[in-house]
Order: sequence, then C-alpha cells, then structure tokens
Amino acid sequence: MNTNIPCRKMFTNTLLELARKDSDIIAITSDARGSVTLEDFAIQLPQQFVETGIAEQNEVSIAAGLAACGKKSFVCAPASFLSARSLEQIKMDVAYSNTNVKIIGVSGGVSYGPLGSSHHSLHDIAVMRAIPGICVILPCDIHQTRKMTKTLVDYVGPVYVRMGRNAVPDVYTKDNAPFDIGKANIIMEGKDITIMGTGETVKIAFEAGILLKEKGISTRIIDMHTIKPLDKEVIIKAAKETGHIITVEEHSIYGGLGGAVSEQIVQNFPVPMRIIGIPDEPAITGTSPEIFKYYGLTADNIVNIAVKMLD
Amino acid sequence: MDRIEFLKNKAIQIRKELLQMIYDAKTGHTGGSLSSVDILVALYYEIMKIDPKNTKWKSRDRFVLSKGHSVEGYYTILADLGFFPKDELKYFCKFNSRLIGHPSVKVPGVEMNTGALGHGLSVAVGMALAGKMDKKKYKVYVLMGDGELAEGSIWEGAMAAGHYKLDNLIGIIDRNHLQISGNTENIMSLENLKEKWNSFGWNVLVEDGNNIKKMIDIIKKIPIAKKKPHLIIANTIKGKGVPFIENDAKWHHKVPNKDQLKEALEILDSLLKKGFNI
Repeated sequence: MNTNIPCRKMFTNTLLELARKDSDIIAITSDARGSVTLEDFAIQLPQQFVETGIAEQNEVSIAAGLAACGKKSFVCAPASFLSARSLEQIKMDVAYSNTNVKIIGVSGGVSYGPLGSSHHSLHDIAVMRAIPGICVILPCDIHQTRKMTKTLVDYVGPVYVRMGRNAVPDVYTKDNAPFDIGKANIIMEGKDITIMGTGETVKIAFEAGILLKEKGISTRIIDMHTIKPLDKEVIIKAAKETGHIITVEEHSIYGGLGGAVSEQIVQNFPVPMRIIGIPDEPAITGTSPEIFKYYGLTADNIVNIAVKMLD
Repeated sequence: MDRIEFLKNKAIQIRKELLQMIYDAKTGHTGGSLSSVDILVALYYEIMKIDPKNTKWKSRDRFVLSKGHSVEGYYTILADLGFFPKDELKYFCKFNSRLIGHPSVKVPGVEMNTGALGHGLSVAVGMALAGKMDKKKYKVYVLMGDGELAEGSIWEGAMAAGHYKLDNLIGIIDRNHLQISGNTENIMSLENLKEKWNSFGWNVLVEDGNNIKKMIDIIKKIPIAKKKPHLIIANTIKGKGVPFIENDAKWHHKVPNKDQLKEALEILDSLLKKGFNI
C-alpha cells in the first residue's frame, strides 16, 4: 500500500515552506487551489497568492508581469489547460520574454483518466520542447519533487513542470534524490539494453529492469527527469554501451521523451529503439492504471519488448 | 518655446523619423504608429518617471506596448531619450537587428516582448500587482489598440484589474476606429467601450489622443478615483499628421514609396515651422 502524498502536494508543501522565508515567491492559480493543493498557501500567505479565476491565459501573463518586477512566479494549474489554452502566453510572455516564471502543470498525462481528452495532457512535452528558452521537467516521486522545488526557487528562467495527480511509489529516498536540471540519473547500471522513463514511468522502467535482471538481461535504467535541456551525453553513451534503447512515457508517442531521445540516437549513434507511449488517438478513458495497462505502459510489456529486441 | 509647443514639435519630429525608418526598412505599421505618437510623447517626455541610464531602476514607471505593431514610434522615442543610440534606428528590421518589428526586451527600455495581441494588459496587471505587493509608488501604463480589444484575454485582464482594484494601472486605448480589414465597428463592434470598461470596475476617461496637452492634463489628474484601475479612451486618427495617410485602413502596414515619403516629410516640416496645432 502506497502511503505517499502526491507529488503536487509535496511541491506545494515545499513551496509554502520556502515562500515563508522569501516574499518574492508568488503562487498564481486559476480556480485550481484545490486540485493543485494550494489551500494552505492561500490561507497562510495570502499576500503571496494570486487568484485569477478560470483564466489560464490571464494567469500566465500576470505571472510574467510579476516576474518582470522581480517576483519568482509559480503558475499552478492542471497541465491540460496550462499547456494548451495559455500556450501563446507561455511562448510570448514567459519563454520569448525570458521571464522568471515556472509553469507548474499538475494532474498531467492521463491523471484525469475517466474525464476524457479534454482533461488529458499528452501533448505538453512536445509543444514545450518546440519553444526555445524553456526547460521541461517531470519529477518521478516526492523526494525528487522536493529537491526539484528547492532547485527551481533559485533557478532563474522559464520552466515547465509536469506532475501527476495520484500518489506514486518512491524511486528515491528522502536523503538520496539526485536532481540537477539537465542531468539524467542512471538508477540501474546495465550493458545489454537501456530503458528510459520520465515522471511516473521511471518507476515502471525500474520494475521492468528488475524483471529483466532476473532473466539475466543486464539493463540500464535512466531517469530522464529533464527533457529539455536533454542530457545528450547519457543518451549517446547508453546507445554505444548497451546497443538497444526503450523509452516509456505518459505522453503521445510523437514529440515527447521518445522523440527527443530518437533525435539524438539517429543523428549520433543509431541503434534499435522502441517508443512506448500513448498512440495518436484520443486516449481511452479509465483510471490511470487501466489506461497504462491498455497501452502497455507496464513493466511486463516493457520486458516483452526488451526480450524481443534482444532476440 | 513653451513646453507644450516643444512637445508638439517633438511629436512631428518623431513622425518624420518613424516614416523614414519604415521607408528604409521597407516594412512597418505606418497608420497605427502615427496615431499613437502623441500618446507616447505625453507619457515618455512628461508623465513617466524613467531613467534611460538606469533602465532597471526598481521604482521606475512601467510601460507595455500591447499593440506591439506600433513599434516604430516607440523605438524612435526610446532612442531620442537616450535608451540606445539614435544611429541604430537605421537597422530597424534588418538582419539580426535587435530592433525587431515588434518590441523586444533586447532593446533597452522595453519591458516586455509583445506583438501577439491581447497580452499586454494582463502583463501590466502583473506589474501593477507587484507594485502593490512591494508598496512601491510606480505606475504601470499599457497602450492597447482598439482592434486588439476583440481578443478575449483583454477582458480577462480587465476583470482582474477591477477585481484587484489596481489604481496604479493606467490603460490607454488608441481609439483610431480602424484595424487592418476596415472600421472596427464593421469588423467586430466594440462600442459601447465606456460602458464595457466601466462595468468591469474601471474608472473610464475619454480624451483626444492626438492632443498632447489634453493627454498630459488628464493623466496628471490620476488617480481620479482610488481603488479602481484607470482607462483612457484616447480618440485618435489613424495616420495622424499626414493627410493622405489619415483614416485609411490600407495604411495599416503600407510602406510609403519615395515620392510619398518626400511629400509626407514636407507636410510634417511645414507643420514644424508653423507649430503643429494638433
């Protein structure tokens, strides 16, 4: 039984803790204080909290205006709306204007599984990647989320973060959760094949790695928490040393982690590669685990694919 | 020469320079730049507390050109005030120039990149909120186009400014009644603008936006009402100052040819000599 709090809650707890000591930290939201878990922040630091009502475009531009006057803006809302409705504001007022705004997309991917494509964000990594000047980060558990939040408060510049809605099992521990922007974490060493995950799929990749190890397949598992700037070195090294790569992501198979990794592989050291993600269709609806299972975002499916690749 | 006469002459000079800039670059937004010159002159030479030598001065007044396409007059004024060398204006829209065809923060004095319409008001709301949080006395000015008001995001910003009672925020609409495809009321009717902004919680003023003295007088009276953002509907003439450009939507981004430039500069020169009575 997983007794963790969700990553979004760890994020807001940490942000509140830091904001108490730094009055320049401002949380901005669009009637999403509940879904983001910003209620405590809103009550305890009302002077550092901006509510815009259901207006994602407005909240992003306001965050940019605040940042232009020295504030550290954290815009927090469901990823599905932030990454689409306010995309032009992110492009213009945040990335192009290079304002110190963190775009925090919560309940990303298929977190809102039963609610349909309106609430899914399976395009966000792809669109953010194509905008110059913005980092793209997906933390995989609460420990990394805490470390990331501390890092982001001091990092000056535009960042898009995507987190899920549900509590997820640990990948790291409280005292050992490495996080440097742009530096991927190798969480299991191996020489036959590499599996890369990002966000919630890191744990799945890790589980697949354990199962493959039991079959005698030496598997390297990489946590690609930062998709932009991409750790090209770790990718090319994995291609050279393991010769096979699988990416797994809670995102369209187009333009996400798989897209980013394959761009490096084909241009630097081509090796067989498989991209596991959500196909190009309105995603089926259900709970996250149901959807993950349906599309093969599971340890068992990764194992099958890996075994076939190595056959 | 008294101050107002000086500013009127300054506005004529700015018009001459921006037309030359557009002619040299073979691109630009002639009509809207000419309509907004007097508003910008009032703000930049008389109203705003700014320091061209200290562009990051924390207590400076902020300005956002939400109608980013009217950039030519803006750049010309910033150069004239010493934010960057005037000589650089000849590189407007040239390859790899920082004087891009819409405002860029690479240009000293520009607070925010604009060009996509409907963003500037919300950005200004953020700046005004920051001013309130920091208990600073600076004011935030944002110049919007009238055609731009069809963007829904403008009204999100308007709602937020009213909600947060941002009396340090001054919105100005360059109300020239023309957008690229024709008269604003035929494209997407905006009226009654005064009632609309009033109902969003703004203190609304109407003034002749091509009359520098009246613009200065009305802005200096602000805050007229406490705890409300201020909006000035500045009635202007698109293409103001050059009769054959005035009130013609075709001049939204038409570039003058050599003869037209010569004629326009002669007209403006004659006004300069007589003292331009806008």
